[in-house]
Amino acid sequence: MEGAVADFGRSLYESTGINLTILYDEFDQKRFISGLGMTIYLSSLSLIFSLIIGIVGAWAQGSPSRVLRYSINGFITVFRNTPPLVQIFFFYFGLGAILPRVEDADGMMGPLFTNVQWAIFSLSLFAGAFNIEIFRSGIEAVPNSTKEAATALGYTRLGTYRHIVLPLAIRVCLPALNNNLVNLLKTTSLAYAIAVPEITYVSKQIWTDSQNVPTMMTLLLITYVSLVGVLVFVMNRWERSLAIPGYGQGGGK
Amino acid sequence: MATAPTADAAPAWTPDQPIVSVRDVHKSFGGFEVLKGVSMDVKKGEAICIIGPSGSGKSTLIRCINALVEVTKGSILVEGQEVNDPKLDQLALRRKVGMVFQQYNLFPHKTALQNVMMAPINVLKQDKREVEERARKLIAKVRLTGKENSYPGELSGGQQQRVAIARSLCMRPDVMLFDEVTAALDPETVKEVLVTIRELAEEGMTCILVTHEMKFARDVADHIYFTDKGVIVEHAPPAEFFDNAKDERTKTFLGQIL
Repeated sequence: MEGAVADFGRSLYESTGINLTILYDEFDQKRFISGLGMTIYLSSLSLIFSLIIGIVGAWAQGSPSRVLRYSINGFITVFRNTPPLVQIFFFYFGLGAILPRVEDADGMMGPLFTNVQWAIFSLSLFAGAFNIEIFRSGIEAVPNSTKEAATALGYTRLGTYRHIVLPLAIRVCLPALNNNLVNLLKTTSLAYAIAVPEITYVSKQIWTDSQNVPTMMTLLLITYVSLVGVLVFVMNRWERSLAIPGYGQGGGK
Repeated sequence: MATAPTADAAPAWTPDQPIVSVRDVHKSFGGFEVLKGVSMDVKKGEAICIIGPSGSGKSTLIRCINALVEVTKGSILVEGQEVNDPKLDQLALRRKVGMVFQQYNLFPHKTALQNVMMAPINVLKQDKREVEERARKLIAKVRLTGKENSYPGELSGGQQQRVAIARSLCMRPDVMLFDEVTAALDPETVKEVLVTIRELAEEGMTCILVTHEMKFARDVADHIYFTDKGVIVEHAPPAEFFDNAKDERTKTFLGQIL
């Protein structure tokens, strides 16, 4: 590779022994960037799906239907009481193996879902189970009298949830939600176990090929710190934008 | 397809009939009977005050009128529509009956104006611009012009309660229920809320109030109901009620608070 960055990478290696191959080796650089992209992709999709699971699940938890409530609680129990790595294995090797195989574009028989799809599925359910409980804590903080006022104005249960309970609940549970989403981002590294080429997986490939284990390890740590830093920054901005004058954290405004 | 009138179908309601008609209503919470056979009639345009000691079932009674509380036994007709009917169209009932609560219960994440506009837009699917025009007029009516963009947390109790009244009125109800709306307010702000309610009553809005403001009840009400231990002990026009109470329990109660 040519250029100032590549030259800097090579001279850094020569002068200090810190071997950042991703700065001057095109192959390493490409797979590192694609690994970073895959981690962001996994995180974003599972984050969105887990939020949807949380919002819908928390609503269903308050449903008059006992079957629905029990199903939700069963789902939470299973996904909260098992390690995420085991869940990923269960879906990819367990469930994936018994599903029918389908013909792909080249006429080859392949699995119904790819490892990336299974990882998103599994991580969404894992974080979603926690999100349901987090949203529930927020929902329970909304006074009954507020919901009663909505009912008296003609809102249905769903309308009350959508327009009044959820917007208030989100504000209450944002700090806890923050934590869980940070956890979710870090848990994407477990997709490594089913060969999803995310940042941990590609870093391991790079340090195996280039023999720069300490350097890549450190870089991997810094990468996660930065990714989580961005997420926390965004979440904090969101939290501030939701603050209500005269209410909760917005009280001092 | 038009359905044939059934034998038990109520005849169409006309404005000369009571707008709210409560007949022998019982309500129990668990094993405790809060209402033990209450009946009352409210005519269109009347202001009714329900007074009585704590725990006598006043709030439960008016909560039954807009089906926030389900009655155990008895009948409540609002404009001829049976409230105690499992097939009740709750939205149709609630657009006829507005309610204001002791603790205001505004939506804290919405401004005063948004609080007033929300339900007509979300529930009645009315045009936003038309609702906003109406909401601004109502806010002016409750003397809160300039506070449209304040959040409930930035308003005083009396101001919040007036927003709550405007919020109910924006649904254009035919009957307004007031559940001890001044009980959480300090004495100075009580007046500003009572003035608003008095204007409403004078404009001909049908008002049913649970209140401890005896002077207000005397000035504004067309009729006073006194409840104790789940029954209506007596009812009369205010002059007669306050000066000439017949029942011993009423006399004791009035003796304690006047």
